[in-house]
Amino acid sequence: MTRVVHYLNQFFVGQGGEDAASAPPGRTQGPVGPGRRLQQLMGDGFEIVATVHCGDDDASGRPEAIAEILALAAEEHPDLLVIGPAFTSGRYGLACARLAAAAVEAGIPVLAAMHADNPGLDEAGAAPVVASGAVAREMGPSLERLAQAARVVAAGEPLTAAHGSIGRTRRRVVRAEEPAAVRAVDLVLARLGGDRERTEVPLPRFDRVTPAAPVTDLTNAVVALVTEGGLVPDGNPHRLESARATRWLRYPLHGIDELTSGKYQSVHGGFSTAWANEDPHRILPLDVARELEDEGAIGRLHEEYLVTAGNGTSVGNARRFGVEWAADLRRSGARAAILTAT
Amino acid sequence: MVCNLVSVATRVGAPRVVPARGIPYPTGDPSLAPAQERRWRRRLVQQALEALTTPVAEPTVFPVQEVGHD
Repeated sequence: MTRVVHYLNQFFVGQGGEDAASAPPGRTQGPVGPGRRLQQLMGDGFEIVATVHCGDDDASGRPEAIAEILALAAEEHPDLLVIGPAFTSGRYGLACARLAAAAVEAGIPVLAAMHADNPGLDEAGAAPVVASGAVAREMGPSLERLAQAARVVAAGEPLTAAHGSIGRTRRRVVRAEEPAAVRAVDLVLARLGGDRERTEVPLPRFDRVTPAAPVTDLTNAVVALVTEGGLVPDGNPHRLESARATRWLRYPLHGIDELTSGKYQSVHGGFSTAWANEDPHRILPLDVARELEDEGAIGRLHEEYLVTAGNGTSVGNARRFGVEWAADLRRSGARAAILTAT
Repeated sequence: MVCNLVSVATRVGAPRVVPARGIPYPTGDPSLAPAQERRWRRRLVQQALEALTTPVAEPTVFPVQEVGHD
């Protein structure tokens, strides 16, 4: 019998949504929520003996949380720790990835599941991660793939792309059929034949960002405030999406000194917006930016702010927003921007 | 960029990062009294401006000195 411990966030164990996001690490005996379906899919020979869980804010924000979750899992002496699926959820994915990396460090066999676009993925390090869908609606097929991958990892076999493995490529010692010289020539011939993908060593794709040159004189510069915190006028008149945004909006700041509570709201779907709605400056620091403008610390503030909701946003859309924002700001004369991100 | 998930920001290449205190309030801290919170926000923005005038070659973190709960 393979003893499995399953990790889920506060939402999937039924503790609550954002109201329970600061819940500390905890443990329940047996499978919970999606763990029940996972148990069925893994079948005989596997038993989810316990479910460990934690609120997303606590797990991703408090440095000791991951070690505490791992300790709760380790007390159950698991043969395998299964984590997620975390889909494209940022905080959840980060917690899952860090927990997976910590388990590898502690010598506990582990498998995590999330979408390839999850911002946490890279922190899983050498831990095996299997692809899940992008959103919880895809729980069914995601669990099927996770269960299949769990059987592979439990058998001590390497997780490969064929199983849906994502993240860093893990190196392992294998005996090749042909010597290196023959394989190298084969690859060259394949490439000459037009195959640009085939390789024995997939390289990580680095997204290189060239930092902009510093602003030389802020006292003459136009500085913009931009945010992915989903801050819009009350009622969300232009229907900014709260998740998986496909667009961004602009709102005027000209003649406005303060963002009054009740006149602005955050529609971001990735965290509790209670604090943002209580004081919108917690998302867009207009009050102090105006103060600094009045004091002459900056030339002046840009006359509008740009906004989207960065919640499960695809990398493609996020990249497009960035390019469009940069072009828009440059065109309107802004020399620098402060981006607040949740 | 003012944000809480600094490790994500630097990994994806954000050149200038000022660490905030919580995901739901990048330029606030509801645990502070209003006047202190505004002071904290001012420090964050000042630090962001400082970062904007500093040459960097790679993702660089510009931490803000603590503002206490007084």
